[in-house]
Amino acid sequence: MKSKYKDTLSIGALEEGFVLDHIKAGMAMTIYRDLKLKSLDCTVAIIKNARSEKMGRKDIIKVECPIDSLPLDVLGVLGFIDHNITVNVIKDSEIVDKLKLKLPSRITNIIQCRNPRCITSIEQGLDHVFYLADEEKELYRCMYCDTRYTGKK
Amino acid sequence: MAPRHLMSPLDFTVEELDKLLDLGNDIEKHPEKYAHACEGKRLATLFYEPSTRTRLSFEAAMMNLGGKVLGFASQDSSSASKGESVSDTIRVVSCYADIVAMRHPKEGAPLVASMKSAVPVINAGDGGHQHPTQTLTDLLTIRSLKGHFDGLTVGFCGDLKFGRTVHSLIEALCRYSGIRFVLISPEELRVPSYVRDGLKAGGFPFQEVVALNEETMKDLDILYMTRAQRERFFNEEDYVRMKDFYILDREKMKIAPEGMLVLHPLPRVNEIAVEVDDDPRAVYFRQAQYGVYIRMALILTLLGISVDA
Repeated sequence: MKSKYKDTLSIGALEEGFVLDHIKAGMAMTIYRDLKLKSLDCTVAIIKNARSEKMGRKDIIKVECPIDSLPLDVLGVLGFIDHNITVNVIKDSEIVDKLKLKLPSRITNIIQCRNPRCITSIEQGLDHVFYLADEEKELYRCMYCDTRYTGKK
Repeated sequence: MAPRHLMSPLDFTVEELDKLLDLGNDIEKHPEKYAHACEGKRLATLFYEPSTRTRLSFEAAMMNLGGKVLGFASQDSSSASKGESVSDTIRVVSCYADIVAMRHPKEGAPLVASMKSAVPVINAGDGGHQHPTQTLTDLLTIRSLKGHFDGLTVGFCGDLKFGRTVHSLIEALCRYSGIRFVLISPEELRVPSYVRDGLKAGGFPFQEVVALNEETMKDLDILYMTRAQRERFFNEEDYVRMKDFYILDREKMKIAPEGMLVLHPLPRVNEIAVEVDDDPRAVYFRQAQYGVYIRMALILTLLGISVDA
C-alpha cells in the first residue's frame, strides 16, 4: 500500500508511527492531551486547519514512534472522542493498517464526573471511570454514581 | 479468593436471589438454628450519615447470628472528620472486621471501599444512588406474603422521581414475568425517563396516573407508598404542596382490593394515616422485620457460612 501522506504536506512522511486523520478542525490539541502524547519520547506533528474535500477543514496528528508503543486501548479513546477519525498505521513509510474505531467499553481519566454528590468529587487519587451504558445512544455513565455523561467533546 | 460484595440489588442473579430469599424465610421460621452461626465474627457498620432503621437492622441481624458489631454512626465520630479517605478507612477496618456495611452521602463511596477491601462490603445506601438492602427487604416481604412475583400488579405511589427505593424495586421486579406496574404520582414527580424507557424497552405493561382512587387501585396486588423527601425539593413551598398530595386513609382502604398489601420503606410522614396501621393489609412494620431476616441471610451468604438443617 502506498502512503498518501508522502508528498501531500510539508511535514515529512513517517517511517513508522500513526497518522490520525479527519480530526474535526480545532480538536487536535484536545486529542494530544487525551492520548497523553506529551509523555511519549517521539516526534509529534500537529497540523491544524488542513484543507479537506470531505470536511472543509480538518486537523491531522502524526506520531512518529514504534507502532507498539501506542497501545490499542489508548487509541480506543479516539472512538469516544470522535469515531469518524481515521487511524492509519505506518510501517516502512507505508500504510499497513487502518484502525476501525469503535466506542470503548470503559474510559479512564478522560472525562470527569460532574455530579457533586459523586465520591469522585472528594476522594483523592481516584480514577474517573465511565462505562458504555448504551452503544446505540453513545451513552456513558460514571462507574461510581451512574450519572450520565452529557458533555460534548 | 476475592470477597464478594453487594453494591446493587441486581448484583445477584435471579437464582442467587431465590436462594437468598429462601434463606431469609428459613431464618424467619427457625431463628434458633442461626443463633450462633456468626460467633467470633464481627460486622463493622460505617455510617457516614445518620440512619436509624438501616444501621439498627444490620446490628440486630449480626447480633441475632451471634456475631459482634463495631463501627460509627456519623461522620463526625469517624476519621473522615480528620480528612481520611474512604480507601484508607476501609483498608484499616478490613483489619478489624469480617464484613462491613457502609452508608455514605457520596454516591459510589461503598464501591470505592469494595475495590480496596479485603472483606465483603455491603452498600447500606449511597446518597440518592443505591440502597440494595431495602430492595432485598421489599422483595422478601412481597414473596413471603404473596408467595411469588410472577404476574403481580404493583402500584407505586408518591414521589416516584427521587425515590431510589422505587427505581431499584422496579428494576428488580422487571426480572420476573408478567409483572405490571401502575405508577401513581403528581406530574412533577413522575419516574425518571430512564426508568420509563427501561419499562418500554422491556415490554412491561405500565400506566402513569395521578389519582389514587378505586379505578387506579382496582388491579393492585401491592401498593408501595413513598414519602416526599424534604431535602429533594428546591423550595419549601413545593415540598408543602407535595407532601400531602396523597394520604392513604381508612376511606381509601375501604375501596382498595381485599388482597392489596401496603408497603412503605419508612419513615412515613402523612402519606399513610395512622388509622390504617391496624388494617391487616398494612404490612410496613412486618416489612421492617423482614429487613432483619434478609440482612441476616445476606451476612451469612457473603461470609460463605452455611447452617446445616
